[in-house]
Amino acid sequence: MNELLIEFLGGFTKTNQWSAILPEIMLGVLALALLGAEMALPKNKQTLIPRLAIWGQVIVLLFVIACIGWCNVGESEYFSGLIIQNDMTQIMRAFFVVSSIVVCYLGQIYLSKQSLAKTEFYALVLIIAAAMMLLVQSANFVMLFVALETVTVAFYVLVAYSRTSQFSLESGLKYLILGALSSGILLFGIVLLYGIAGSPELMGSSRDSLKYIELANFITLNTNNLIGVDNMIVKIGALLVVAGICFKIGAVPFQIWVPDVYQGAPTPVTAYLAVASKAAGFIVLIQLLHGPFIGLKEFLVPVLSVIAAATILFGNVAAVTQRNVKRLMGLSGIAHAGYLIVGVIASLYVPWAVYAVIFYLVTYLLASFAVFGVMSLAADANDANQELDHYENFARKRPFLSCVLVSGLGSLAGIPPLGGFIGKLFLFVAAFQAGLYGLLGISVLGVVISIYYYFDWIRECYFSAPTSAEVEDASGDETLGDRILLGALVAATVVIGILPVALPIIR
Amino acid sequence: MGNLEASSLCLLVSILAPILVGLVLLCGSRFSVNSMRALSVFGFGLPLMIGIMLYGLFDPLLAGEYNFELRLPTGLESIGIYLHLGLNGISMPLFLLAGMVGLATGLYAMNSKAERLHLYLALLLFMLGGLMGTFASIDVFFFYFFHEFALIPTFLMIGIWGGAGRRVAAIEMTIYLTLGALLSLLGLIALYVQCGVDSFSLLELRNYLSSQALSETVQNNIFALLLFGFGILVSLFPFHSWAPKGYAVAPTGAAMLHAGVLKKFGLYGLLQIAAPLLPSGAEHWFPWIVWLALGNIILIGLVTMAQKDLKMMLGYSSVMHMGYAFLGIACFSVVGVGGALLMMVAHGLSVALLFMLSTCVYHRSQTFDLSSMGGLATKAPVLAGFFVAATMASIGLPGFGNFWGEFTIFVALAETDMTKWIVAPAAIGIVISAIYGLRAVSNIFFGQAKDSFKERLESGQVTDLQPFEKLPACLLIGGLLLTGIFPRIISDDANRELAVLYPYEQSNLTAIESVILPAEADAPKEVAH
Repeated sequence: MNELLIEFLGGFTKTNQWSAILPEIMLGVLALALLGAEMALPKNKQTLIPRLAIWGQVIVLLFVIACIGWCNVGESEYFSGLIIQNDMTQIMRAFFVVSSIVVCYLGQIYLSKQSLAKTEFYALVLIIAAAMMLLVQSANFVMLFVALETVTVAFYVLVAYSRTSQFSLESGLKYLILGALSSGILLFGIVLLYGIAGSPELMGSSRDSLKYIELANFITLNTNNLIGVDNMIVKIGALLVVAGICFKIGAVPFQIWVPDVYQGAPTPVTAYLAVASKAAGFIVLIQLLHGPFIGLKEFLVPVLSVIAAATILFGNVAAVTQRNVKRLMGLSGIAHAGYLIVGVIASLYVPWAVYAVIFYLVTYLLASFAVFGVMSLAADANDANQELDHYENFARKRPFLSCVLVSGLGSLAGIPPLGGFIGKLFLFVAAFQAGLYGLLGISVLGVVISIYYYFDWIRECYFSAPTSAEVEDASGDETLGDRILLGALVAATVVIGILPVALPIIR
Repeated sequence: MGNLEASSLCLLVSILAPILVGLVLLCGSRFSVNSMRALSVFGFGLPLMIGIMLYGLFDPLLAGEYNFELRLPTGLESIGIYLHLGLNGISMPLFLLAGMVGLATGLYAMNSKAERLHLYLALLLFMLGGLMGTFASIDVFFFYFFHEFALIPTFLMIGIWGGAGRRVAAIEMTIYLTLGALLSLLGLIALYVQCGVDSFSLLELRNYLSSQALSETVQNNIFALLLFGFGILVSLFPFHSWAPKGYAVAPTGAAMLHAGVLKKFGLYGLLQIAAPLLPSGAEHWFPWIVWLALGNIILIGLVTMAQKDLKMMLGYSSVMHMGYAFLGIACFSVVGVGGALLMMVAHGLSVALLFMLSTCVYHRSQTFDLSSMGGLATKAPVLAGFFVAATMASIGLPGFGNFWGEFTIFVALAETDMTKWIVAPAAIGIVISAIYGLRAVSNIFFGQAKDSFKERLESGQVTDLQPFEKLPACLLIGGLLLTGIFPRIISDDANRELAVLYPYEQSNLTAIESVILPAEADAPKEVAH
């Protein structure tokens, strides 16, 4: 028995594959450590927990960045093909750690205004980060599904975290039902593909057809051979999988949950959903389209084009009349998802467009977190109630925050010299090279519409006439830490806008 | 390449200096007014000084190339973007125009009583830096980038310091101009992708296209994007509605810089980039340009006549005069485009002057309503003199640069049979502008003062132009007279450049000189300076 165990453990240490996912393990351990610390620490020391969470993640982040520096080895496979790491996944790992650090920080601000359980929030955020890191590295549908479910289940809890707020509960319920439905759709698609690719009478069939590579082989071999029902099953399977992913990124027609959930969820969770969850969805979409579904390019591109066009138009048009800023961010996030889908389609024709998408995601991360950060600080105890009207005269009350807000919104609107402009520029150039003229036209239309609501917000902050009864709101002054974090986000946005090379993605 | 030449570095300094001074002012809300002024004089004045110095060093024999080239890496070399600066015969006059209007705006603005003056001046300086950059860019990407950089302060200034109705005007202008900018950006990207030389440098695009023109359909499509994109930015009819409203509520500084210089960006893009690179596209869209430009001249001219508000009238008149520049470009000849260039410079100076003087009038009358003024000349004769001169300039009286611009464009139109007929409707525009211009002058300065205004006039509150108002006015009038009396300071260099850019009309190279200066046409052609 002992020998067996030693041999078993020896297998791991010999190949040492676990070290490949050390950052994920570290995050998981950190999450457990936080829960342990809550029990161990006395009441007056509980404030150490968020610090522990944040600084622990900073260490993980440094480790991940160091990994990017060391292991520039192209593609490497682990756990018999469950996980594949390459340049893109390494960048995305850093992306997720950065976003969970910011979310933890925003969570600290949010939780200080509420009387809710605190530690679980950080633990869940950390687990989601680890799961998303695994999600983008997965090269097998089982791995994909397990990682995705870990993310989604943790999000069910986080969305409904504010148990005393009916908005939060409502959005939690909506997210639960629709999320479960979308997981079901995704799983159904996977099963269909697994079944058809595993049927021995077809050419290129595989006993391990959950693997991306095997499935890709099968589909490319059979694109032109399959007829009738078999052909339908492949296409329906792929469609269902794409639909499941589209739910995560909030693309039309799976966007209906976005405004409600974004409004009801605590602001840091909204930010997490808007940035990290969406980014993970896009990376998975890119991997699927470039991997297993590459043979279905002709079939999926028109579908995705329609989705992209509808997403851009819906997001922008719906955001125009929105007065609640959380819903506004949700709807404008839908529009951004649309631009990104255009980039994803372009990447099927122009390989470097993948990096344009990642670049866009990074600028989106910086700008969105700047805006959500301001929202967290500006919100009162009722987190769901954040209207545009609350930002009247914001520039006089909170000059620093409104500067941050303007640069965030400006970057989202795509105005030079901010990062968002370069992001859009890259996407447009890629789309041009791919010849997607119709989608480009719609994107431009969308950007023009988006100017209206982004500037409306800025206008609310800056252009209102001061009323004499205006009282300086000294109580809500931001701390040095807030200033450093938000200042860093703004500085990064500006630097990337002026010197895009500062972000070593586009080479 | 001469990366280390001092003159090239000056070009960079002329862009960075205003921006840096602006940044300093932005942080320094605690500066005393005097130190703020001293700083901003430096920021506003340096670009013009550098412009004049570079004009002196300008080598006109380098036509087809750029003077003072400077090429700095930006980290985007992989897709062919460099910070590539330089000036040629077309951009040099506009570079000077930006410097001149910038200084005049700065001199006027630093004495204005704007709330949060440091922010106001900083935004103007950012605008100026962006403008210098736009005209000094050889790289098409930065050409666009600097324009947008200059545009954002305009929105903010309208929103913060604008007059009544600023919220609506600011957002309408923002949306309209973003649409225009994005269309032109799409056009520029299309040009980049279609050429496939992986470079945004105008020189490389030009080299490639001279050896291998794009197919006609592609040219037509890209030209359409650029024409309508730039057209929206220049308030081409019927995309003009943002302009009068925007200018009417804009604070004086923003209106001066935007109407005077920034608006010329679109025209500059058309004549420097779109028309020479896409000749058959230009030919295809020729009828469109002509008809829309006539819409600017006649229809907007009539609308201008109906205005009762001084600032609205100026806004519409600036829209109207853009029609002439479009006609000049539509000729697609050295004479026509040269005329458009002259027109752009002269119009920039005159419209900036008019916007400034209209604010001076407002400070004395407390109203922009033309029907409730009158007799101001009795108390403010110097102001009246300047205003009359500026109005005459904008009508196109000989002696001012505008005359040569309009006149040359008419000559260019009359040159070919196809365009001859356009001269007649275009000339009607001059009559129209004379009508509204002179009527405005008489309403404001002459005749009997209306009752309410009479009290003000007699109460002794109304003073004549102060020195700080005279100084920028003199600067702008000086520029107008200089271009009016000696247009060759612009046209000589422009001719050589245009002759290279518009090779189909080489025979016209000498025509512009013989037309503009018949007396000197026979004189041996000497290199100016």
